[in-house]
Amino acid sequence: MVKLVGVKKYFPISRGIIFQKHVGDVHAVDGVDLEVFPGETLGLVGETGCGKSTLARVTMRLFDSTAGSIFFEGRDITKLRGKDLRLIRRDMQMIFQDPYASLNPRKTVGSIIGAPYRLHKTIPKSKIKSEVQQLMELVGLNPEHYNRYPHEFSGGQRQRIGVARALALRPKLIVCDEPVSALDVSIQAQILNLLEDLQEEFNLTYLFIAHDLSVVKHVSDRVAVMYLGKIVEMASGDTLYMNPKHPYSGALLSAVPIADPDLAAQKNRIILEGDVPSPIDPPSGCRFHPRCPQSRAMSLAQGLGDQPHPRCTEEDPELTPQHPGQVAACHFPLPDRAVIAVDAG
Amino acid sequence: MPEPLLDVRDLRVHFPTDDGLVKAVDGVTFSIMPGETLGVVGESGSGKSVSFLTVMGLITAREARIQGEVIFEGVDLVKLPKDEMRNVRGLKIGMVFQDPMTSLHPFYKVGDQIAEAILAHRKIGKKEAMDQAIDMLERVGIPRPDERVRQYPHEFSGGMRQRAMIAMALSLNPDLLIADEPTTALDVTVQAQILGLIDRLKQEFNASVVIITHDLGVVAEHCDNIQVMYAGKAVEYGYARDIYYDADHPYTWGLLQSIARVDAPRTERLKPIKGLPPSLIFVPPGCPFHPRCPYVFDRCRTEVPQLLPVDGHHASACHLSLEDKERIFKEEVMMHQ
Repeated sequence: MVKLVGVKKYFPISRGIIFQKHVGDVHAVDGVDLEVFPGETLGLVGETGCGKSTLARVTMRLFDSTAGSIFFEGRDITKLRGKDLRLIRRDMQMIFQDPYASLNPRKTVGSIIGAPYRLHKTIPKSKIKSEVQQLMELVGLNPEHYNRYPHEFSGGQRQRIGVARALALRPKLIVCDEPVSALDVSIQAQILNLLEDLQEEFNLTYLFIAHDLSVVKHVSDRVAVMYLGKIVEMASGDTLYMNPKHPYSGALLSAVPIADPDLAAQKNRIILEGDVPSPIDPPSGCRFHPRCPQSRAMSLAQGLGDQPHPRCTEEDPELTPQHPGQVAACHFPLPDRAVIAVDAG
Repeated sequence: MPEPLLDVRDLRVHFPTDDGLVKAVDGVTFSIMPGETLGVVGESGSGKSVSFLTVMGLITAREARIQGEVIFEGVDLVKLPKDEMRNVRGLKIGMVFQDPMTSLHPFYKVGDQIAEAILAHRKIGKKEAMDQAIDMLERVGIPRPDERVRQYPHEFSGGMRQRAMIAMALSLNPDLLIADEPTTALDVTVQAQILGLIDRLKQEFNASVVIITHDLGVVAEHCDNIQVMYAGKAVEYGYARDIYYDADHPYTWGLLQSIARVDAPRTERLKPIKGLPPSLIFVPPGCPFHPRCPYVFDRCRTEVPQLLPVDGHHASACHLSLEDKERIFKEEVMMHQ
């Protein structure tokens, strides 16, 4: 349904007060190829600065890409504008992270959910209210609260409002950008189940973005791991859990706290040094090399010293096949069972 | 039998507001032994943060009606006058908060802030305090601490700021470190580093630690004992193993069943807790969890269950019989896991 080819998104950085000089770019997304198939949930996981939110917005054409192409249902939408773009917008919608910031506090709930209908004029005005109330019921809200304002709802309910709004035009694709991160644990489950039910009922395709690997793994058919603007690994959630191949995926997986003391004690911990580097000046070769324990281990094993392996500093690896259905961009992929050594359950 | 480091008895913290009396903490009793890591788990409004802000003396009789006792190293902190409390806070009890950007003053250099904490309690020279600050930054794993000490918080990344906060909290070698959601705002790989750091420093500084969080995974991996809180009350308490392999409270069951787990097969559907957390002004009568409890019966609606020990150490506040609890856990909760 969605195909991204070589997509890049750079944000220019300028210095100067009177005369602005372009001094560099934030390489938010730096060459991404991705396919999202109809009916699937593709999870996009990564930490701050990896580019996942930017990638989502580029896909939705909320940003223009700096390079590369975006295809929706086979059609090149990279350069669409105006009326054509607005028509596409009926088919792709977004649910945002912050239920407190993504709803206009001065509009009633009914008005917020009904806005897509008014903007796209898909149904007559007289029918909007009943449609909105049906949507409210669908997402678990009381339709009688039609005239209430966002501040009168809890975080979880506000997120439901966001979901209802996204569903209004019966889109084909919904991009969920951290839809549950701001919610309490017991409410997260309600929203995730709701999204699952709606997917089945309306035959939706999801691009699901989150930093929480547990949540992403639960909802996704396939998971793409992003680091500094690139996809470093893609696999099914189960494969990623059993056999992560990219050292960053391994580190991410080993960092996820497991609510099971015995299983947690058996995890092989891959602790990374330092913080995620800035996307302004990405490292040479493989972007992960400065923090990669695997690269250092290979270098030591080959008698080349305690430093990143020269191949990693010079050559940016391509995504290569690993287990069936899995690709990873690494010169020295992790062995099987690198993090979770035993079978779960 | 060693003495507890901290012994909280029937703590109640009620805030009078225009809308009514907010019962943020409503009868909480627990103790922490030297060398222990206690995990306090709960969602928003459970009272977990307010309990420890009160222990620290950051919530006082000026803001709230406080009842009960907070006995730290034999002294009841609730009854302590302000200047004496200031000796305890920082010196004996250190606290790390969730968002390091709001707890570090943006206008002062990081080194000055840590030195200030030291100078407030020790009669030493400024240079010596600064040397200790540099030493602390090194101990929390910040590279080039002598340069970093002259920088401002905005020049630090999120993970480093949290390390700086931990350095500040530990700079006076307290006996108890309270970490309130210390990693919630951080990336997961940084979270792992910070929690590992806290584990290591706990040994080095010979301190007890309290980790307040909503994340059941974090407490499973880092805590000896766990207290589960709901609507201002402690509903379950026990060893980490008790909570995960033998939980005895419907709210705990609900939490365990509702979290997405990286080790669970994808086909398992999450089982959320129905309803919403209650208002702390109009707390439901009897057991505060009863409106959301799948196993509720008449007694639950009228009688507040007490936190009673099940086997000495493991305690739960629920009217269900022990047999029922064990059966339900085995048949319904464990199956899900």
